[in-house]
Amino acid sequence: MDDVKIPSSEERKSALSGLGTSRKRVEDARFTQGKGNYVDDIKLKGMLFGDFVRSPVAHARVKNIDTSAALALPGVHAVLTAADLEPLGLHWMPTLAGDKQMVLADGKVLFQGQEVAFVVGDDRYAVADGVSLVEVEYDELPVVTDPFKAELKDAPILREDIADQKEGAHGARRHPNHIFTWEAGEKEETNKVLDEAEVVADEMVYYHRTHPCPLETCGCVASMDKVNGKLTVWGTFQAPHAVRTVASLISSIPEHNIRIISPDIGGGFGNKVGVYPGYICSIVASIVTGVPIKWVEDRMDNLMATAFARDYWMHGKISATKDGKITGLWCHTTADHGAFDACADPTKFPAGFMNICTGSYDIPVAYLAVDGVYTNKAPGGVAYRCSFRVTEASYFIERMIEVLASKLGMDSAELRSKNFIKKEQFPYTSALGWEYDSGDYHQAWEKAMTSVNYKQLREDQKKQLQLFKEGKSRKLMGIGLSHFTEIVGAGPVKNCDILGLGMFDACEIRIHPTGSAIARLGTISQGQGHATTFAQILASEIGIPASDITLEEGDTDTAPYGLGTYGSRSTPVAGAATAMAGRKIRAKAQMIAAYLLEVHDDDVEWDVDRFSVKGAPEKFKTMKEIAFASYNQAIPGVEPGLEAVSYYDPPNMTYPNGAYVVVMEIDVDTGVSDIKKVYALDDCGTRINPMIIEGQVHGGLTEALAISMGQEIAYDEQGNVMTGTLMDFFIPTAWETPTYETDYTETPSPHHPIGAKGVGESPNVGGVSAFSNAVHDAFKPFGLTQAHMPHDHWRVWKIAKDLGLHN
Amino acid sequence: MEKINVSMKVNGKEESLTVEPRTLLVHALREHLEYTGAHIGCSSSHCGACTIDMNGKSVKSCTVFAPQAEGAEILTVEGIGSPDKLHALQEMFKEHHGLQCGYCTPGMIMRSYRFLQENPNPTEEEVRFGISGNLCRCTGYQNIVKSIMAAASKIRDEANVEKKEIA
Repeated sequence: MDDVKIPSSEERKSALSGLGTSRKRVEDARFTQGKGNYVDDIKLKGMLFGDFVRSPVAHARVKNIDTSAALALPGVHAVLTAADLEPLGLHWMPTLAGDKQMVLADGKVLFQGQEVAFVVGDDRYAVADGVSLVEVEYDELPVVTDPFKAELKDAPILREDIADQKEGAHGARRHPNHIFTWEAGEKEETNKVLDEAEVVADEMVYYHRTHPCPLETCGCVASMDKVNGKLTVWGTFQAPHAVRTVASLISSIPEHNIRIISPDIGGGFGNKVGVYPGYICSIVASIVTGVPIKWVEDRMDNLMATAFARDYWMHGKISATKDGKITGLWCHTTADHGAFDACADPTKFPAGFMNICTGSYDIPVAYLAVDGVYTNKAPGGVAYRCSFRVTEASYFIERMIEVLASKLGMDSAELRSKNFIKKEQFPYTSALGWEYDSGDYHQAWEKAMTSVNYKQLREDQKKQLQLFKEGKSRKLMGIGLSHFTEIVGAGPVKNCDILGLGMFDACEIRIHPTGSAIARLGTISQGQGHATTFAQILASEIGIPASDITLEEGDTDTAPYGLGTYGSRSTPVAGAATAMAGRKIRAKAQMIAAYLLEVHDDDVEWDVDRFSVKGAPEKFKTMKEIAFASYNQAIPGVEPGLEAVSYYDPPNMTYPNGAYVVVMEIDVDTGVSDIKKVYALDDCGTRINPMIIEGQVHGGLTEALAISMGQEIAYDEQGNVMTGTLMDFFIPTAWETPTYETDYTETPSPHHPIGAKGVGESPNVGGVSAFSNAVHDAFKPFGLTQAHMPHDHWRVWKIAKDLGLHN
Repeated sequence: MEKINVSMKVNGKEESLTVEPRTLLVHALREHLEYTGAHIGCSSSHCGACTIDMNGKSVKSCTVFAPQAEGAEILTVEGIGSPDKLHALQEMFKEHHGLQCGYCTPGMIMRSYRFLQENPNPTEEEVRFGISGNLCRCTGYQNIVKSIMAAASKIRDEANVEKKEIA
């Protein structure tokens, strides 16, 4: 024994691959070898396929649906319409926002691409033939696409089903096309401050309609086993447990007889949070036909009908003293929700966390009002790589800061620095009611400004402007700054629920006799690498190497209840549950170790992967030994086995933050921008896996680049979708995407068990403002204050033209 | 619709199937032959998730009819390595975090596989252009480019070792 050297704590720690290590991903073996298991890879015996007949028009009465020709086709088994679903009460379904949505057109259609009938057949080809043979007679109605015209007196009424309802899910309704008005903050006090202010900047900031567009579209395989009375649905579900509960509530199938499985998911970005007509129709079709039904939407279906994002018109006023101290903020938002209010927000927040719009700044008083309206566009309003409207809020304040800086004639970097919430002010309660947990914004900002050599950048910009003015160059340089504060990790059950389901999350751990383990969570990875990172959290908590811990998510029959993965909630909520469950394991392990070492519980202490006797570190029991003992020793007062479960209700949200800088050169004659630099500093609290954090930042920045520089869901006046394919809907290729510089500061969350805050969405939140601000900054010397996104080549060319730069 | 017989060699194995002439190659591979590595992201040649190698060229199998592959040599991501001996690209994508959700990965790897034969010693810029027919929504490409550059270097090194051994 004496000659066996005990490895040092550091050596043992490093063998665990726990917190802070860039552990390689365990998911990659299957994905790189073509052995992923996505929903479209699932093939069941006797499985049929389903697909939709969709509306070609944006607003019309459905006069007749003739399914006879389709049904006559060999290979077509059934065609479902609203009339078939009505006896089951499934022709409408509840939305996550307290509204309801047609599953199949019930008398009328309200947006182009709306689901009208569901054709079931032998294979995709037979179904496509069937879809083309369903004859639908439409009687077209006037269309509303402009949200500012939705509440006009003579506006066409879209939702006849609720036209007379004066009370909606979120309070009083004043017009048939009005959904809700939501207010936060002090209206009168804010108006007073604005009236008396030395300087007020007033601007309309539009965050256009776009789409999460994960590479894998939405789909499912529904299988009703009539013998056992059990329904199993495999699908692209970011929140499998919530889907199970909703499915049970609307179908009357008892919840224990429904099993929801999220297999590998090919990207989510918020697109796969909601419940869509395809899921309902597949389930019904499986019940009707008695065989499994697969439905996988195609790209056009996905872009046209399945969950858009953003579409917020944000009118802002920001006031300050002459020397740049911000005194108040006012915002009125017109929110275009499309034909049904299907936003994915916690129930009490119909405009999500838009009230984080005071951003990173110490603003004494603020007021926010959001009007949600119906238009003839697709429903959605999902959090596209964002925690419930935080991207909109952050873009709004970061544009308003720039507009105010222009008005003050002040450098916007200095204006930001002057108004940041100070380190010593945390925990900080914002004027709109949030308690920011921690941050050191000045440190981050200074680090960013130094890293990019901000002063030099401004000098270079001046030189470039001079060359332009002298006619020696046709290019302008833009420097885009942003500092963002996210609010993620929804959330405390006291104020966060979806359809009455509290937004806690859970982790269950079983330690096997030989000292390896399985942990199950209520979340579901869509590329974030949970199987890798959550095992790291556990490794550090329970001293078992990450490589000996299997992580499982997504099967409601085995995983503990949780609200799923979106809104950067996995690490803040499920990650906390994981750490807490680990601590329960450790508490029991301590009793076992003390028994084995024949000392009192208090006389042993935790040391990386073992308990050792205090003052006698050579006397110890490793977790491996403890695990085995828990299965074969009769320990008085201790149950056999080593398992734990934790349901974690977070006491607060977490507030990741960061400082981003984008530098670009814009050709005024073509509108083409050349991105020269993208610097992203993130503070996501404790860093679990730096490699994965960096990967998340690269991806989020690229989505931000897409959104700000070209990606949109555009409609014409008749409500036709103009950007329904990847030919029109901009997704950057490797060729257009710049190389990113990442950086960090680390300010742990004080209330999270391991101090982690979440990072997946930060780069999208901070990135959009930085890219957009760079475009604005380039044209600032010529008087540009606001130009709406996306800043595609044509729109940028138009800015230059309108400013007279082409003469 | 009347069905026809189509034969092709997939990953070195003779395969024969009976399909409607309009059957897309990606469906033939995924649904009839159960090679589910190639994925469908757009069905319109834009995203590249379905990229495979056909007769020594990268093709997007969502826009090739199965009968067009009659007699062809097809290589999919399942055929370039084995669990015991991964292809350099598979290894380097793992090593450099070149993937997240994994949906674009088989197409990305198959495009890179062909690209590195067309250009075994590429610059980063050439890699970016070479894979610009393949979309990724997760990674921002930075680590994909890194993975491909690393794989290129590994393949070259291995080739040099082989040459030396022969010499």
